Amino acid sequence: MLTLTCPCCGVSGEETEFHAGGEAHLKRYGPGSSDNDFEGYLFMRENPKGVHFERWRHVYGCGKWFLAARCTATLEVFGTYPAQTTEPPQDIKDKITAKRPGWSWRDFA
Amino acid sequence: MSEPVSFYKGRVAKGDVTVTDAGLQGMITLRGDLSNAKVKAAVKKVAKVAVPAQRKAEVTDGRGAAWMSPDELLILVPYAEAEAAAADLSAALAGQHHLAVNVSDARAYIRVEGQGAREVLAKNAPVDLSPAAFAAKDFRRTRMGQAAAALWLDDTGAFHVVCFRSVGDYLFDLLAQSAKDGPVGVF
Repeated sequence: MLTLTCPCCGVSGEETEFHAGGEAHLKRYGPGSSDNDFEGYLFMRENPKGVHFERWRHVYGCGKWFLAARCTATLEVFGTYPAQTTEPPQDIKDKITAKRPGWSWRDFA
Repeated sequence: MSEPVSFYKGRVAKGDVTVTDAGLQGMITLRGDLSNAKVKAAVKKVAKVAVPAQRKAEVTDGRGAAWMSPDELLILVPYAEAEAAAADLSAALAGQHHLAVNVSDARAYIRVEGQGAREVLAKNAPVDLSPAAFAAKDFRRTRMGQAAAALWLDDTGAFHVVCFRSVGDYLFDLLAQSAKDGPVGVF
């Protein structure tokens, strides 16, 4: 079971107090974009074994969205950070590098 | 006008841990920028307490405030004053982005007290309720059984639980059954 810490209210809670919201850091391609970009935005998702970035909502708590970096194989959570970011903060990346050297996820590494 | 009654109409489940209807309670949802001076002043005026710190509740005799989220407070006032208090908050914050709504009748309010009250709640919520982790004035929104609830501990060792009225029966029965089953002896 995942234990997540909500960066908005500071609560460390277990998984059932939260709700998963799919992949994080999606770039939106809207009207005027190419069909390929739009298809990628709508349908193409990562499905890694290892480091993954996800959106979560503290649904039974403060109700806020946040982002989490975790390992899909071990359920280890590397860190959580505010949703108002377009890429993982450096300290989270450093923590992942310390534990999973050579990791990469989409454009991040 | 008809006489207002609390959701539980005085229901009590007696035992080592007693689960009781906490009665009519005025509750106001206040959303806005909690660091704003006008918001702070308005809360002070209506709730008679300062804006509580993160995950804290400052409640005395049914009046006070509790920290719900980074931009939301639960303001507690006597039931009869709730409508006027919500209007006061709105008037004080006019022209500013905010929301103040009287939600008294949307909520059910329970008190859990007695030796082992911590365990009765801990059986149903994924929260560390040990005395070291959860002290008086601490406030926590969480899941109890299958329903969302908020709880805080007062200075007398009694827990106050707030939930939506629609799940009120479920939550009361859940707590009453947990109290009946007796303590586990963890805390």
